[in-house]
Amino acid sequence: MKGRVLLVEDEVNIFEAISFILSRDGWEVHGHGNGATALAEIARQAPDVLVLDVMLPGRSGLDILRDLRRDAATADLPVLMLTAKGQTKDRDLALALGANAYLTKPFSNAEMVATLRDVAGAS
Amino acid sequence: MLSLDGLIAICVLYVLGLFAVAFWAEKRAAEGRAGWLNSPLTYTLSLSIYTTAWTFYGAVGSAARSGLEFMTIYLGPVIVFVGWFWLLRKLVRIGRAQRITSIADMISSRYGKSGGLAALVTVLAVVGTTPYLALQLQSVTLSFSVFAQPGAFGQVGSDVTAIWVAGGMALFTIIFGTRSLDVNERHPGLVSAIALEAIVKLAALLAVGVFVVWGVADGPSDILDRIAESPLAEWQLNGARWVGLTMLSAAAILCLPRMFQVLVVENADERHLATAAWAFPLYLLLMSLFVLPIAVVGLQVLPGANPDLYVLTLPQAMGQEGLALLVFLGGFSSATSMVIIAALALSTMLSNHIIVPIWLRLTAGDDPMSGDMRRVALMARRLSIIGVMALGLIYYRASGGSAALASIGLIAFLGVAQVLPALIGGIFWRGATRAGAGAGIAVGFGIWAWVLLLPNAATSGLMEGMLAGGPFGIGWLRPETPLGITGADPLLLTMVLSLGSNLAMFTLVSLVTFPSPMERLQGAQFVNVFDHSAPAIGWQAGVAAADDLLVMAQRILGTGRAGRLFQEAARAQGRAARLPDPDPDFLKMLERELAGSVGAATAHAMVYQITGGTTVSVQDLLAVADETAQMMEYSSRLERQSQELTRSARQLREANQKLTQLGEQKDAFLSQISHELRTPMTSIRAFSELLKSGDLDEAARARFAGIIHAESLRLTRLLDDLLDLSVLEHGRVSLNESAASLGDVLDRAIHASGVIEAGEGLRILRDVEAERISLWTDPDRLAQVFINILSNARKYCDAEEPELRITVSRLGPHVDVDFIDNGSGIPERQRRLIFEKFTRLETARDAQGAGLGLAISREIMARLGGGLTYVAGHGGAAFRVRLPARALRAA
Repeated sequence: MKGRVLLVEDEVNIFEAISFILSRDGWEVHGHGNGATALAEIARQAPDVLVLDVMLPGRSGLDILRDLRRDAATADLPVLMLTAKGQTKDRDLALALGANAYLTKPFSNAEMVATLRDVAGAS
Repeated sequence: MLSLDGLIAICVLYVLGLFAVAFWAEKRAAEGRAGWLNSPLTYTLSLSIYTTAWTFYGAVGSAARSGLEFMTIYLGPVIVFVGWFWLLRKLVRIGRAQRITSIADMISSRYGKSGGLAALVTVLAVVGTTPYLALQLQSVTLSFSVFAQPGAFGQVGSDVTAIWVAGGMALFTIIFGTRSLDVNERHPGLVSAIALEAIVKLAALLAVGVFVVWGVADGPSDILDRIAESPLAEWQLNGARWVGLTMLSAAAILCLPRMFQVLVVENADERHLATAAWAFPLYLLLMSLFVLPIAVVGLQVLPGANPDLYVLTLPQAMGQEGLALLVFLGGFSSATSMVIIAALALSTMLSNHIIVPIWLRLTAGDDPMSGDMRRVALMARRLSIIGVMALGLIYYRASGGSAALASIGLIAFLGVAQVLPALIGGIFWRGATRAGAGAGIAVGFGIWAWVLLLPNAATSGLMEGMLAGGPFGIGWLRPETPLGITGADPLLLTMVLSLGSNLAMFTLVSLVTFPSPMERLQGAQFVNVFDHSAPAIGWQAGVAAADDLLVMAQRILGTGRAGRLFQEAARAQGRAARLPDPDPDFLKMLERELAGSVGAATAHAMVYQITGGTTVSVQDLLAVADETAQMMEYSSRLERQSQELTRSARQLREANQKLTQLGEQKDAFLSQISHELRTPMTSIRAFSELLKSGDLDEAARARFAGIIHAESLRLTRLLDDLLDLSVLEHGRVSLNESAASLGDVLDRAIHASGVIEAGEGLRILRDVEAERISLWTDPDRLAQVFINILSNARKYCDAEEPELRITVSRLGPHVDVDFIDNGSGIPERQRRLIFEKFTRLETARDAQGAGLGLAISREIMARLGGGLTYVAGHGGAAFRVRLPARALRAA
């Protein structure tokens, strides 16, 4: 096992795809689909790596990231941000808030696997 | 008893003496040795023409009849000289700065050099002065009759005396008043003679007073006792009449043409006025000192005699022939000095403002340089003097010499006082206008003439009828009872009516009319005379030929003086030539010089005739000169520009905000579309890569292919929606309208949305009867809206046993189709958002839609002429589709 990944993503098909790819690469993947309750779920699961979508129902992924970095317990949690908005200012904002990496949808499966390994290894 | 012949001889000798003094004074002045002639004392004494024969004889008469009332005639001038000295000083300064020749010229000059106004004031002055001249002639003939043997001096004798006196005075005035044309050169001979006469009349009155107090009575204490015993002691002071008469005499000293002549025109030095300010009141005090004693003693010694002649008859009755003769000469002096100056002043006005303008108009076609203007103007003035004297004589004959002296004097005072509002208003109020001055004077003058003058002057039968019953029988126009008022003092009543109306008209008309540039300029010159005493008037240089101006000036000023004037001006300009450059300064100076001879209006017209016939517009020049107006216009223009700039800036800012907003909306929209496209593509790419790699079991392969297929459909639907919305929003949609039944459209929609087949338990409750409505609409588009609402209900209704009730109601002209479910409804804060593009409720776990459905539905209903709204208050979510009246068809 490479580690536990928590995937916060509301699109069920995308969740299934990423979950399949990462599991095959040896990660233990858990999912969560709601922004409003994401922080509590992160605290409960205490994952090794977090994959966080920006557009979530209830609460924006960027807001969740900001809170994570303020909390000492999760300040160093490796985070990979996903977004479908494709604008550089979103990426810049995510990195400024402390995301370790950033992927724009759609991405290739290899890209996803490599980036996640990077993010997890950097911690 | 002195014989009439002897008396006449003495008069002639006295007049010859005056001639000699006048000649001597003229000679001294011409030699430049005026000496005491040009002194404050002479100036003050010349002012004494205020006290005419009316005052000389009439004051005692007035005292005998009305007690101290005679004092008002002295009080007014004293108040003016002591209290209003600054006003006199301003008048004198303006008169000298503007080279004013008469009161009419003053008014005319102030109100834009108006010829019409000058003529009006001239007429007023002539009408107001004529009774006064008659009064003087009457007093002289009366005093003659006192000396004449009974029977030797009847009506014929009076007439002959009056004619002789008038003739003599006319001659004197012509000789010393019209030797030179320039009124501003003043008349030292005339003034000297008048100063001498002032001394004679004062001496005579004082002598009689001393004789009465110490010769007839036993000193001042005896006189006081006699006053206490006399009916004068019981005389009650009438406050209103006192105030009125004092005001009237104060006005008269400013407005009487002869007073203006000596006060302003004959003033040689402004400083003389300072001396006169105390010396003239002193002179009046001395004149009035013995009036009461003479009246009291006269009443006791000569009961039944004419009190107006006590001054003369008292010494005569006491056998003091010499004293009586001195008194006679004093009265004669009072009369002649007044007559001479009045005739001079009136002739100046008549000639400058009536005769010469008419003559100029009659000869307008002629070359303005031809003919001797000088001769014409002098002749006009001489004829005017004779005419004025003749008028006085005629009035004297017509009035029959019956009226008491004082009443005529007061009437005349009130006549000339009509100039006062325009005069005072003109030098203190820049807003006073020509129209206001003209209206005020005309109205006041009219009332005065009708109510006071006519009843005194009228003798003909027609006039008597009108006076008794009012013109055309209109009672309130009757002069004796104006406005139907009876029992009031006619003089006071007329004074209030005429001066009140005058002032009101002057003020009102001035306020509603706009002064011409010339008036504004002259108004400023008059009101602010102490700020800039040099008269300024914009003359355009260059147009005028100096030659023409010289020829014209020679005609008016005389060859020698005009030549000197032009040479001096040329030298002052530093030119070697004989003629000066006709620059504005020179033209102004020349106009002023000419004004001294022919009046401001005429001088202006003459210079204008030569210089300005073609291009000069005084209005233009003044408009340029009027800096205030320009500054105001400029600043208001700047203000306007600044306002425009502010407005433009605001508009730009607003436009910029709008653009920014639009930009942000566009970014947000693109960002949304990007998200909606990338999301299905992410799944498609990920699963298709997995399928490509090939190491999948059959079940996974089938499942992934299914997901790819579903996401492809989603993409297609999204693109369809976007295109649909774009078409709808830009109004390029084409509707296929046809007949349809509402029930059928609902059936189709329910079937297509799959809510029933899906078997997910959403119950649809319908009212089939109510749905029997025939429509004319686009059934496909309407069904699309229904489908959207139905599938939303299926997706979002969160009840245990979801239900959707469809109700149809016809309200007024339209049909409402309501879709109400039994879920928890939509939170209030989201109700507005749900119709926005890409909005999905947070509760939606099904990612089927892109959030465009309601936006599209609302657009469709707008195109169909109806609407789609959320209806609050039903518990569950409630949407209302409103169909317009035009969709209804008769069933």
